[in-house]
Amino acid sequence: MHELAIMESVVDAVTERVGDVKVVRVLLEIGKLSGVVPDALRFCFDLATAETPLEGAALEIVEIPGRARCLQCLADVDLEDQIALCVCGSANLDFLSGQELRIREVEVSSNV
Amino acid sequence: MCSTCGCSDDAHVLLIDPTSEHRHESHQEHRHDHNHDHHHHDHDDHARDDNKRTIRLEHDLLAKNNLLAEGNRGWFAGREILALNLMSSPGAGKTTLLERTLRDLGAELEISVIEGDQETARDALRIRETGCKVVQINTGSGCHLDAQMISDAMRSLNPAPRSIMMIENVGNLVCPALFDLGEAAKVVIMSTTEGEDKPLKYPHMFRVCKLMILSKVDLLQHLQFDVDRCLEFARQVNPTLEILQVSAVTGDGLEGWYGWLRSLIAQRATAEL
Repeated sequence: MHELAIMESVVDAVTERVGDVKVVRVLLEIGKLSGVVPDALRFCFDLATAETPLEGAALEIVEIPGRARCLQCLADVDLEDQIALCVCGSANLDFLSGQELRIREVEVSSNV
Repeated sequence: MCSTCGCSDDAHVLLIDPTSEHRHESHQEHRHDHNHDHHHHDHDDHARDDNKRTIRLEHDLLAKNNLLAEGNRGWFAGREILALNLMSSPGAGKTTLLERTLRDLGAELEISVIEGDQETARDALRIRETGCKVVQINTGSGCHLDAQMISDAMRSLNPAPRSIMMIENVGNLVCPALFDLGEAAKVVIMSTTEGEDKPLKYPHMFRVCKLMILSKVDLLQHLQFDVDRCLEFARQVNPTLEILQVSAVTGDGLEGWYGWLRSLIAQRATAEL
């Protein structure tokens, strides 16, 4: 359940940046190959944000698709998960995207 | 990064020195420390029609841990210490492999150990029996070690320059894979009493590791474990994974593990030239 630690670091990072201004929306980018489960993040959002400026905020998660370059045939391939093969059969893949764990933006209310 | 995981605010991280049974709570900052005293009443100039505004953060969630890990890496490099992060599910034989390694190599190489478990100093006490320097981290409800815990522990342990530091992570194939500790390499230990498809079920772990040690091979004669299939699954997830098969009880294959350690030490020496 590292998602709770991840969500606590979201609260840390956001409050460090915006102080005690009321946060009404949080937008996260979570890569499909990041090892973090969006549903688990949603599950612990209320718990992690209780009694913080993020309490009651809307949580939006954009999932970033997995993409890799095959180091065998140099083709770019889409990946649904980390156990993937290129169409040429090689598993020797260099991940290009899908490992993101990022806060893209937050929306705050100026009515303090 | 907050160290607590699956936890509440009262989860404590404990550092235990088994030689003195001295305990102290780690001084990790927690999110409630970040409350600022100043107020933000001066943002009206930027207010949109609905009094809401969007702030781009583009903040990498692992950035704080990664920064601390790079600090640890520099600390190790300055002392020419080879740090290894050993990970596995609970019961795969990490501590037994370490005990045997310390007994076999103790005269040749100086090795110290950081033990990570949720509770008790039992593993650290086992390691101390071999005569090696050891410190125990209890993560409480946390399910992995992070870079801040290692930073505290390594300073408490104060390992000798040019030594090896073995970090035995909390038994867990999921969370520890995500947290860089500043180690030179990650090692996953998987035992023959587990399912041979573990690499497929926990690909993140097997992907980030440089070496996989298949342990308890002395039990193969009693098991239905297909070694070739297991290695095939592991290489499917990580084609560059190095793989060794060992028994810490009979000693089978241990020379390969010791050779791997010596080769990393030799590489470190070459890198310094």
